[in-house]
Amino acid sequence: MNIVVCVKQTPDTAATVTVENGKVTWGDAPLVLNPWDEFAVEQSLRVKEAHGGKVTVISLGPEGAREALKQALAMGCDEAILLQDPSYAAADTLVASAALAAALRKLDPLDLALFGRTSVDSDTGVTAAQVARRLGWPSLTLVAAVVAVDPQGRTIEVERMLEEGRQQVRAQLPAVVSVVKEIGEPRYPSFMGIRKASKAEIPTWSAADMGLQAPSPAVSWPALIAPPRADTHCEMISADSPGEAAARLVQRLMEEKVL
Amino acid sequence: MDFLLSDEQQMAVRMVRDFGQKEVVPIIREWDRRQEMAPQVLPRMAELGILGICVPERYGGQGFDYLTLGLVCEELEAVDSTLRVVMSVHMGLNSLALLQWGTEAQREAFLIPQARGEKIAGFGLTEPGVGSDVAAMASTARRHGEDYVLNGEKMWISLATKAHHLLWFARTDLGSAGDPHDGISAFLLETDRPGVTRGDIHGKLGVRAGSTGWVHCQDVRLPAANRLGEEGEGFRIAMSCLDNGRYTVAAGATGLIRASLEASLRYANERRAFGRSISGFQLIQQKLAVMVQSYEAARLLYLRAGWMKNAGMRNTRETSLAKWYATDASFAAASEAIQIHGAYGYSDEYDVERYLRNSRGAMIYEGTSEIHQLMQAGYALGTRKDAELRCELPAYDPAYWRTPGSAPAGRRMT
Repeated sequence: MNIVVCVKQTPDTAATVTVENGKVTWGDAPLVLNPWDEFAVEQSLRVKEAHGGKVTVISLGPEGAREALKQALAMGCDEAILLQDPSYAAADTLVASAALAAALRKLDPLDLALFGRTSVDSDTGVTAAQVARRLGWPSLTLVAAVVAVDPQGRTIEVERMLEEGRQQVRAQLPAVVSVVKEIGEPRYPSFMGIRKASKAEIPTWSAADMGLQAPSPAVSWPALIAPPRADTHCEMISADSPGEAAARLVQRLMEEKVL
Repeated sequence: MDFLLSDEQQMAVRMVRDFGQKEVVPIIREWDRRQEMAPQVLPRMAELGILGICVPERYGGQGFDYLTLGLVCEELEAVDSTLRVVMSVHMGLNSLALLQWGTEAQREAFLIPQARGEKIAGFGLTEPGVGSDVAAMASTARRHGEDYVLNGEKMWISLATKAHHLLWFARTDLGSAGDPHDGISAFLLETDRPGVTRGDIHGKLGVRAGSTGWVHCQDVRLPAANRLGEEGEGFRIAMSCLDNGRYTVAAGATGLIRASLEASLRYANERRAFGRSISGFQLIQQKLAVMVQSYEAARLLYLRAGWMKNAGMRNTRETSLAKWYATDASFAAASEAIQIHGAYGYSDEYDVERYLRNSRGAMIYEGTSEIHQLMQAGYALGTRKDAELRCELPAYDPAYWRTPGSAPAGRRMT
């Protein structure tokens, strides 16, 4: 099996993200491998363990995204590639999916491309489907379990997690799969993996390296506004009887237009 | 001078931190209350390779350096002291002694399974009646042909009921009137030998989620091949083990200071009094500032000791200083963390009371704070000199540590 897992580097979910001078900032909180993508890495390694082959991890991002790639290598991925180009500077998912699809074409023949269901920073959740559309591969999203992979018969069977329940889906390989956390707890990097990852040479592919004319972004961010700070204060209601307290509470709630 | 950690050291730290946060933090309070070690802790530490972190790959380890051992201990004790205690005895006091003093056959028989985490190792020096006064130990080892026969009892032994192997110290100078320091020998004791009995001690102030106990030897026969080092070399071996054990204690206590600081910062920002967050009060800020100072100083002291180990430099003085400073400071930090938490800090609803209980033991074991003060004064006055050792802890050599396979001929670390 020739597997690719697409990952993104994002701020830690524990970071306090805010807007300063029209720019998003997370202070000095660390950047991490997008938590959803950890599940995709885990699933890629499980498929490799079951069927053999190779896992290549790719990321579109700044120089710092090498850290996210190293994390995936330390978990057990075999190779990593960083996609970088000046034309990705204001990339929306249209640009990102074009670049990722071009990288996947360059890596072809492939069997499987895995994604996390979304990234915790921009939270669009559409990149996997867009890449599938560009490649003309089946798009299996919200996958909670990979039931069976048949490399010879070129099929994959998965369970998709929908609000109404689970849906079993079979598709031809190669396919794009985006996973949810029910897929199973991601493993920690191993010490041997860490040693390998810290020495790894991670090549950079530009748009030209992949023969790509990056499209212009369709979406831009003209303004960023941090949600207004909620100023909360606590008001104790005291009364002689519970009935009286309840009446006062109702009155206060109506004054505040809560009821 | 380089204060930067390498990529792989940082990644190792993150991995161990994730393990602690995900797998131990949610369960530790319950096991601390039960006064038992969570059964999954040792198997998971083994599986993840933590138990062999700084052992050369050829001896079943992960091939990292001594600094990483310290960093890992800091992360472990930031979660719970019992995790770091495992590293102190299994790695610091036992496995590194095999690396330093063991013959090739002993490393193969003992170090390899220990580094792989297949066997757990401990250290049997302290006795019911002997702590700081090591040379007065009562345990004996009588030579009978090709065997020794061990008798005696060891007390306050970490992992007493978990360890498969113990580094056991006993008198071999029976009937001699020589210097008692020269009458002790070290032995590699498998705890499944007939005549070995052991048990855990309950009712300890701290490290309640760990195993601390006693081990008794009644006419235990041990082949002479299980003697570590030469006959009469046991005292020097024990002291060299403490250079490594104390290093892990220093690094761990540093992690405990950090845990107290982080808990205090969180609580000080949450808790309000007199109409404002208590973090705005200068007396609270002063406590936080002292914790920051202690943390940074303790960390620099243990990292220097680790750096010296990497370089193959004798570090008895530096390790002792790091251990003394960090353990005293961790007790003070935990106590102030409780003060910041007020009455909540006094209950086990918050972690800081456990930090205080756990910090206290480290001011007693592996050299009491008083012993370390005597040592430091001795070095300063010029009355104390490190004795020459026949075998030094080998310097960290990445090429050697990271080459798989058996030790090449002509390269003896002893």
